[in-house]
Amino acid sequence: MMTLHFHIEGGNFTNAGFASSQVKKTLKQLNIDSGLIKKIVIALYEGEVNIVAHALKGEIVVEISPETITMILTDEGKGIDNIELAMKEGFSTASQKVREMGFGAGMGLPNIKKNVDQLFIESTVGVGTKLTMIKQLDHA
Amino acid sequence: MPDHTSFHHALIVDHDQCIRCTHCVKVCPTEAIRIENGLVSIREDRCVDCGECVRACPQKAIDIDHDDLALIEHYKYRVVLFPAVFLGQFPERITEDQIYAALLKIGFTHAYEVEQPIGVLKNLIAQKVKQNRTGNPIISSFCPSVVRLIQIRYPSLCESLAPVKAPHDLVAHYVLEQLSAEGIQADEVGFFYITPCVAKITAVKTPVIEKKSIITGVISPRPIYNKIMAIADNIEPIDSMAMRRELTKEGIQWSLTNGETWWQRSKTMSVDGIHNTINFLERLENDQVNDVDFVELRACDRGCAAGVLLSQNRFLTVERLKRRARLYPNADNKLMVDGKPPFHHLESKLIANPVEPRQLFRFGNDLQKSMERMQRARNILCHLPGIDCAACGAPTCEALAEDMANGLAKMTDCVFISQLWQKEGKIAPLKAFDRMEKKWGIKRFDPDCHKKGAKNESN
Repeated sequence: MMTLHFHIEGGNFTNAGFASSQVKKTLKQLNIDSGLIKKIVIALYEGEVNIVAHALKGEIVVEISPETITMILTDEGKGIDNIELAMKEGFSTASQKVREMGFGAGMGLPNIKKNVDQLFIESTVGVGTKLTMIKQLDHA
Repeated sequence: MPDHTSFHHALIVDHDQCIRCTHCVKVCPTEAIRIENGLVSIREDRCVDCGECVRACPQKAIDIDHDDLALIEHYKYRVVLFPAVFLGQFPERITEDQIYAALLKIGFTHAYEVEQPIGVLKNLIAQKVKQNRTGNPIISSFCPSVVRLIQIRYPSLCESLAPVKAPHDLVAHYVLEQLSAEGIQADEVGFFYITPCVAKITAVKTPVIEKKSIITGVISPRPIYNKIMAIADNIEPIDSMAMRRELTKEGIQWSLTNGETWWQRSKTMSVDGIHNTINFLERLENDQVNDVDFVELRACDRGCAAGVLLSQNRFLTVERLKRRARLYPNADNKLMVDGKPPFHHLESKLIANPVEPRQLFRFGNDLQKSMERMQRARNILCHLPGIDCAACGAPTCEALAEDMANGLAKMTDCVFISQLWQKEGKIAPLKAFDRMEKKWGIKRFDPDCHKKGAKNESN
């Protein structure tokens, strides 16, 4: 088991994507199938941008074992009011400022769900959100 | 372990000239070079022939494995094929006709510029772009370093490479056709290509996109440049029109940055320089490049005008070629045959094989084991100084840690660790020195007053 840690700063779009590109680099060095890497990176990137766009700060922990990759994204922020609604394509609570930067199209959570095998969302309004994404590596 | 046999590399290190200064180790974009057992060594499975090491070497110790000019004597008809950037090496006072005359004087029977009749390639690329339904842009396969880089680092992008051969293949087929019209047999003809760079040599010797190249030999531009400069000023010009009849604006600028894009109607992008190319390929691989139909990537900044074997300033070369191109017609203005560009029948000869990935296994090919090794490398890295000094013979601390995890290097290869361990009594000073000497070679510790900047500097 290998663990990678990242601190994410809310509102810092300049750095958004650092965690996902580090994870990509690691998975490539391990010669994981490129199709799988792509899906993992897309999901993680979306999650990372979600923290930057919506939360004050967050943590990403990525655990890699030969069988699975588990990505746990925890943030401190406003939380998600209605998870079911947030899962709908096109639904977004992103501010105008965030949208002007090309984010906040309401595709984040649906896109994550599409690209991982399991997605768990826990959220408390006014406290924060925890996303757990799991992807099997021994796909065969 | 990866196999080390299937890549032909055109790089040769002259170990007598090499002072093991690690300039090449540090600039290699794929971290393919190490100092081992007193010698510089290139890990063939990682090398993409970009030539950055040749550029960086202060000793000119890295040479290329080109064919000897004497090889041409075996052929009755000796055709020299040279890229337009080669012509761009010469000062304005020497005319095109004088350069062609000099090439014939040197011993060739025919001289053709490589980038003709470029309309064929132009048409083929435009077709591939138009037919592309993959959702990803087509990537130019012109630069052999880029092709090799994609093979080893971006395997998923292999299928995006344009399956077309290079201008040197095109011109050889075109010339062969011209010569056979004169009654000349193919086996009497030798095609000799003056290469601007290392990668093109490898592309001819061990092609990725074709089974066997039509080119007979690859020649370095350096001796030819010297021979031409020695005679060109006083040589009687010849009428070279017949040998550059199919040269066009597009052809002359083809190998430069934007050469494959400026004439396209679709959405294109051009990126040059090996590091820029790597950054861009990362984005392409992540699907972060949208709304582009064709991507041109060149390992050298300013394209082949910066070919590592060329000697003149790249910006001046580009300027000369641009000025020259103004005097030539557009490929589209060439006489059409049945509504198609001239020589379009050569298209079938330019269809390339698909490019297969050549995955590099950095930590071995077993996932469980490679995870363990990677974890070990990460642990080791905690102890290394992180200054990437290359005094261990590896380009970075990270690369050294990776080598250690793979059993290819020792902790004491790091001079910081070695000092610390001596202080802590973990290794005897003499033993530590012995290890250094084994790594760098016995003479490495002798003073050398001939090195750049030293008392008796000489080249």
